[in-house]
Amino acid sequence: MRDLSQLSLLVVYAAMACYAIALVAFAVDLSSLRAHRDSEGRVIKRRALVAVGAGGVVDASEAGADTAARDDVVGSEVRRRAAGIGMSTTWLGVAFHGIGVVTRGVAAGHVPWSNMYEFSLTSTFVAVALYLWLARNRDLKYLGAFVAGPVLLLLGVAVSVLYVEAEGLQPILDNYWLYLHVSVAIVATAVLTLAAVLAMLQLAKDFSGDSRWSPILSGLPDVDALERLSYRFTAVGFVLWTFTLVAGAIWAEHAWGRAWGWDAKEVWTFVIWVIYAAYLHARATRGWDGRRAAYLVLAGFSAIMANYFVVNFLLSTKHGYAF
Amino acid sequence: MTVTWLRWAWRQLTSMRVALMLLLLLAVAAVPGSFFPQRAQDPVRVARYLEENPRFGPILDGLGLFSVYSSPWFMAVYTLLFVSLIGCIIPRLRVHWRALRSDPPRVPRTLARFDVRDEFSTAAPPDEVYAALLRRLRGSYRARLTPEGITAERGYLRETGNLVFHVALIGVLLSFGYGQLATYRGQAIVVEGESFANSVVDYDSFEAGRLVDQATLEPFTFRLDDLTTRFSVTGRPEYFGAGVTVNRPGVEQYGYVIEPNEPLDALGTRVYLSGNGYAPRVEVRDGAGNLAFAGAVPFLPQDGVYTSTGVIKVPDVEGQDQLGFSGQLLPTAFDDGTVVRSVHPAATDPLLVLRVWRGDLGLDDGVPQNVYQLDTSGLTQVTAGDGEPLLVVLTPGDTVELPDGLGSITFVDLPSFAALDLRHDPSLGWLLGTAVAAMLGVMGSLFIPRRRLWVRCTERNGVTVVSAAALARGEDAGLTADLESVLKVVKEVA
Repeated sequence: MRDLSQLSLLVVYAAMACYAIALVAFAVDLSSLRAHRDSEGRVIKRRALVAVGAGGVVDASEAGADTAARDDVVGSEVRRRAAGIGMSTTWLGVAFHGIGVVTRGVAAGHVPWSNMYEFSLTSTFVAVALYLWLARNRDLKYLGAFVAGPVLLLLGVAVSVLYVEAEGLQPILDNYWLYLHVSVAIVATAVLTLAAVLAMLQLAKDFSGDSRWSPILSGLPDVDALERLSYRFTAVGFVLWTFTLVAGAIWAEHAWGRAWGWDAKEVWTFVIWVIYAAYLHARATRGWDGRRAAYLVLAGFSAIMANYFVVNFLLSTKHGYAF
Repeated sequence: MTVTWLRWAWRQLTSMRVALMLLLLLAVAAVPGSFFPQRAQDPVRVARYLEENPRFGPILDGLGLFSVYSSPWFMAVYTLLFVSLIGCIIPRLRVHWRALRSDPPRVPRTLARFDVRDEFSTAAPPDEVYAALLRRLRGSYRARLTPEGITAERGYLRETGNLVFHVALIGVLLSFGYGQLATYRGQAIVVEGESFANSVVDYDSFEAGRLVDQATLEPFTFRLDDLTTRFSVTGRPEYFGAGVTVNRPGVEQYGYVIEPNEPLDALGTRVYLSGNGYAPRVEVRDGAGNLAFAGAVPFLPQDGVYTSTGVIKVPDVEGQDQLGFSGQLLPTAFDDGTVVRSVHPAATDPLLVLRVWRGDLGLDDGVPQNVYQLDTSGLTQVTAGDGEPLLVVLTPGDTVELPDGLGSITFVDLPSFAALDLRHDPSLGWLLGTAVAAMLGVMGSLFIPRRRLWVRCTERNGVTVVSAAALARGEDAGLTADLESVLKVVKEVA
């Protein structure tokens, strides 16, 4: 069993290496490192290029624009190649990651989400798998860097700070609600993380406007599309979070003898729920544009992170066995 | 004047903007309760906090930060929120009720202004097209043929779900309120072989809501037959189980094992195993040799290896000072050369280490005392010959004579105790029902698409031109696909 948990750690490192490569590749895709040159070999100012791109359909009869457009196509091919590398290394990474999750579960003899290390390991896996699944039939390559980055960061924290040896379950956790309550919390966390990434991109795109950052963000969908996608993730995440909360209350009644006791973890779960509820109301409120709604998505995600790290490490909670 | 003002205030309160503000305020207001210890959950920590922060503690206390969830400001926020909610949904209930019974809206004059639309021509005559579409729409849309064309609507459940969600939230709040009034709960420590009867006197601590008749709690008793614990080699807990025999009126007595996550349910009162430990059984004889005390005394575990502390009070002595003992029980004692400590929570090599006190225990002046603490104000510590405090060290079966003819103490054996939480809460069913309703409601309100669909046929030169449009309320990615799938039946006819 010890060997198996060592193996699990090893493949998690392999997955991290893959994600690191993917992160670089996706970043190359976003930044389009290759300079764009005109027919005489001079570097075209990015802004000019973007102006052509922003013009929508390029008129092929204009010679100058034609060159630029062709160049842009070449440039985008380089970019797409980088993004392709990013996608395939992410696939490889998620394969390693999946093996890491399963072997950890087998080594511990229970579902791999009974402490913070296992929770981080599994929820990052779900986030990447969800991303790849959604990317099957639509172009989400622009999101790659923003999925691989946070996942890599969280996995880094998991293996370096949160790691604990695989052990049997504590009696209080040994219950079928561990399968339901925690697994749904994992999926909810993954979904809401993706929603927060989209909201961040939405704000970045919104604020960059015409600045020198805008070329990097030019590969992204427009602000409204990002906002809509972020909303759909948040709506699903909100329902999952509601389930997590209700299931948690039912389990708490079985395990601790009260459904709700304002434990620090319960308080923050409630706070998160209320923030996302406020977000759903904000979208239906006149005067609250997409930008302000996006702030609420980010506030909700910050609260999720606080619920995970601040509550478990700094506050006294009955969920303390989580690490 | 006042009426105008009141109306203005009511309109403000029930507006979405204020509801949003109140929601955010509720989120912010709930946070401090996670940072400060709360009286309702952990009064001991609150007391300690006040002791350690004599300057700011009382100020924080005055602000209600140690009882956030029953503080006036927290209650004000959620009361306003729920008033706002009620004010918001009552008109919507009325509107929705009417919408449910009325026909879909008439076909708009121009369908060209909608984003999602389609137009094509077919050889089939209009009434055939209409008939085919109505067949297709049956079941998924409420459709009606008007002189201007077909009007259809679906997704009434979206608004129904939204309303159910909000009404259910009121239900959750009411269930909580009812629970506060109708719940009783308490703790009891029961030693192996001893019994517990469900009446207030048998509880170590007990609290009850206003609607509880404390004289007639659910009549049941149980005996703790055995407490089983299992630990790994490293001392990690693997299993806890409290075997009990339950007696209830009208039912034959039966056995049950209370485990974590598996409370005993007796007449709606649930008994949870919240902790366990050891209760050394001791006998104390006074100087005259009379048995002054005999019983099992729970020692409370302080850490993962069950280093347990407790006190033994012996007031019933004749012609001498009362006796008090305070000290530690080490379940698996290990002498590492400098100190003796417990290295494992299982009782494989138990050791009882006690200090001895003589004098007045202070039990006779009527002030209630903590059974786990000695009030040493009237006591002096018994010393050994060298003037150092006397330390009595016992393993099971040992008897130690106390100096100065004070008597003797015997460590008889070491039964376990179960710390039990008992709770009777008739609101749980309501809470579960309303919470599940809220969950289903919110799913409906977010995921059921609400769509309107119109189709109009016009004949031009013997050809039927079919124009159609669809409109959704809110976000709806599947709208275009839905319209196309509906129109497919007509396009196939063509």
